[in-house]
Amino acid sequence: MSLKIPRYDINLEPSMSKHPDFNRKSILMHTQSGFKSEIIAIVPLTAHEKLFHIRICDPCERENFAFLPGQFVMLELPGCGEVPISISSSSSNKEFIALCIRKVGKVTGMLHRLKPGTIVGIRGPFGTHFPMEKMVGHNILLIAGGLGIVPLRSPIYWVNEHRSDYGDITVMYGAKEPGQILFGYQFEEWRRIYGLNILTIVQNAGKGRQGKEGIITDLFDDIDIDSDNTFAVVCGPPVMFKFVCAHLSKSGLPRQRMFVSLERRMHCGMGKCCRCNVGSTFTCLDGPVFDYWTVMNLKEAI
Amino acid sequence: MLFKTITRENFKKMVEALMEENEVIGPKARDLDTEGKKIYRFLKLNSFEELEMDYTRSYSSPKNYFLPFKEDLAVYDLHDKGWDQDIHYTIHPRVIIGMRACDINALLKLDQVMAKSVYPDPYYFARRRNTLIIGLDHEPLEDCFCRSMNADTAFHGFDLFLTDIGKDYFAAINSDTAYMILNRFDAKDVTKEDQFLYKKVKSRIESKFKTQVTITILPELMDLEFESEVWKKWGDKCLSCGSCAMVCPTCYCYGIEEDIDLDFSMAVKRKFLYSCNLLDFATVAGGHNFRPRADVRLKYRYYHQFRGFVEAFNQSLCVGCNRCGKACLAGISPKVVIDDLIETEKR
Ligand SMILES: Cc1cc2nc3c(=O)[nH]c(=O)nc-3n(C[C@H](O)[C@H](O)[C@H](O)COP(=O)(O)OP(=O)(O)OC[C@H]3O[C@@H](n4cnc5c(N)ncnc54)[C@H](O)[C@@H]3O)c2cc1C
Ligand code: SF4
Ligand code: SF4
Ligand code: FES
Repeated sequence: MSLKIPRYDINLEPSMSKHPDFNRKSILMHTQSGFKSEIIAIVPLTAHEKLFHIRICDPCERENFAFLPGQFVMLELPGCGEVPISISSSSSNKEFIALCIRKVGKVTGMLHRLKPGTIVGIRGPFGTHFPMEKMVGHNILLIAGGLGIVPLRSPIYWVNEHRSDYGDITVMYGAKEPGQILFGYQFEEWRRIYGLNILTIVQNAGKGRQGKEGIITDLFDDIDIDSDNTFAVVCGPPVMFKFVCAHLSKSGLPRQRMFVSLERRMHCGMGKCCRCNVGSTFTCLDGPVFDYWTVMNLKEAI
Repeated sequence: MLFKTITRENFKKMVEALMEENEVIGPKARDLDTEGKKIYRFLKLNSFEELEMDYTRSYSSPKNYFLPFKEDLAVYDLHDKGWDQDIHYTIHPRVIIGMRACDINALLKLDQVMAKSVYPDPYYFARRRNTLIIGLDHEPLEDCFCRSMNADTAFHGFDLFLTDIGKDYFAAINSDTAYMILNRFDAKDVTKEDQFLYKKVKSRIESKFKTQVTITILPELMDLEFESEVWKKWGDKCLSCGSCAMVCPTCYCYGIEEDIDLDFSMAVKRKFLYSCNLLDFATVAGGHNFRPRADVRLKYRYYHQFRGFVEAFNQSLCVGCNRCGKACLAGISPKVVIDDLIETEKR
């Protein structure tokens, strides 16, 4: 008999020969094997943001890819890096996902230089989602600051696709300047077809002085919140959360019906690298979507 | 669990035979410290003589045979039509001899994160399943507080665990592979006397723990004393060097870097172990740092170990080996920080 220790070949595990399915979290899979995807369109939105339409190349992987509004993917450009990006398209769109990306650093900067046809990798979807199922029968307040509108597009599409399930939907959107308002070209459709109430405000209206000038909380003067029957979703820069959520609490909205989406540094999306640690947990696993009660219990979350 | 005894001579033969056909890792003396004491590390053994059965504590932990400091997660072949990804898992068998109970318990904790909860990590999993672990009992050092952490004994997570009971080793056997190997070297059934000797050694070990740390109240204390000046006191001393996490048997956080070669034909995605004490641990694009101060980062290292991990897995992450305390140039150790914290709470 030999004293060779028996070799265990992980590749022979049945689940390892299948396409990774990040929705089946407990299964052994190739966690670093991204879905090869083609950038099929790149739409410049502002000087700093572009919208990328990304289509998973393999038909089988494309078919299996399913996400819920609020979740994110890890987008990889081999040799350059990998970044977490919220999905900004309809969860019923099986053909491609839309990612709206701001140019801020190494990877996002390189992404902005790409041409349609480039192959990138995506892993995911990861993280928690907005509780669309719990919101059924309620009014919804969607509150966005700046880039915060990006993750809210997905629930907006969802609401439209299930319009009779929900009551009044109000979108409150604040930006620095009129030129930084994203997806303004869609507002008309969202108002007329989706039946959304859209309120925008800019900090500095500039020369034209069109629209309202001020900060996002000023918009609360224009609406009545039925606190017994409303859910709120807040996305934006960290400073915004505090003010907006304080305002919502004052109007009587329970903290468990207020949701925020947090941002942290991320290197895995799977609760392994610890970089997205917030309080006692990880943003990539228990977030990015948290209810406000949880946020209050997580140290230094906002 | 099954038990056997094996004589010292037969143990030597067994290790030598294992070395002939496998990679065998064990504690080796690598250097001398300023007091002239040996510094140990877990390294590949070339002969039985290199194996230091009486080693005190390895400077860094054997976790790196499961979580290497650097590891290529994927290699990319870049070409006109895009790229192809190549992933390899380490699947060659390996033996590690001489792991302490605390280090085995540390592995069990890593198992919780890497193998048993969400997204099992195939890189870790492959290494773990291909490693035969032979544990070894020892008498605690002055500063070991693994008993306070409930990590001073191991009941699983190893293949074989040896306790020196005089002329023989008393062996706890946890896998068929280990059972087969042991039997080839004339292992004997345990006698009443062996069992008596074993219990005596065990209670001697137990009686020698000098350092105690109170942890039962810690999860709550971490929140109550979140703003405590204790964090500032020790944080101001912290050099943010990250040595504590590098030597720790349970720290697992990491970063990712991607490299491309000069002719754009190959790229690699590399994982490297990191530390939450390092300055840019929580820095995001645009330069915002969620933890800009050393005391905040130090606090979160403890917060994860004694609060976050308890919430997730009902146990602390720390196993009480005090490697971090030994490695720290600023004299920061869990014992002093936690004692301080408990002291403040009393005031
Ligand atoms: C859940 C989530 C959703 C996001 N959704 C979007 C989105 O829809 N659109 C968008 O433009 N941006 C989004 N971001 C932010 C985006 O991930 C960062 O802008 C991006 O990682 C910056 O990478 P970089 O290489 O260009 O910057 P660099 O400054 O060069 O970053 C270096 C490294 O730091 C990490 N990093 C830096 N900033 C962040 C950050 N804010 N969050 C996480 N990791 C970071 C990355 O891993 C990156 O590899 C999201 C972040 C999170 C956590
Ligand atoms: S004593 Fe220090 S090095 Fe050892 S497990 Fe605890 S934190 Fe890690
Ligand atoms: S606690 Fe000590 S070892 Fe850890 S980062 Fe600070 S100075 Fe370095
Ligand atoms: S992104 Fe790695 S732990 Fe959350």
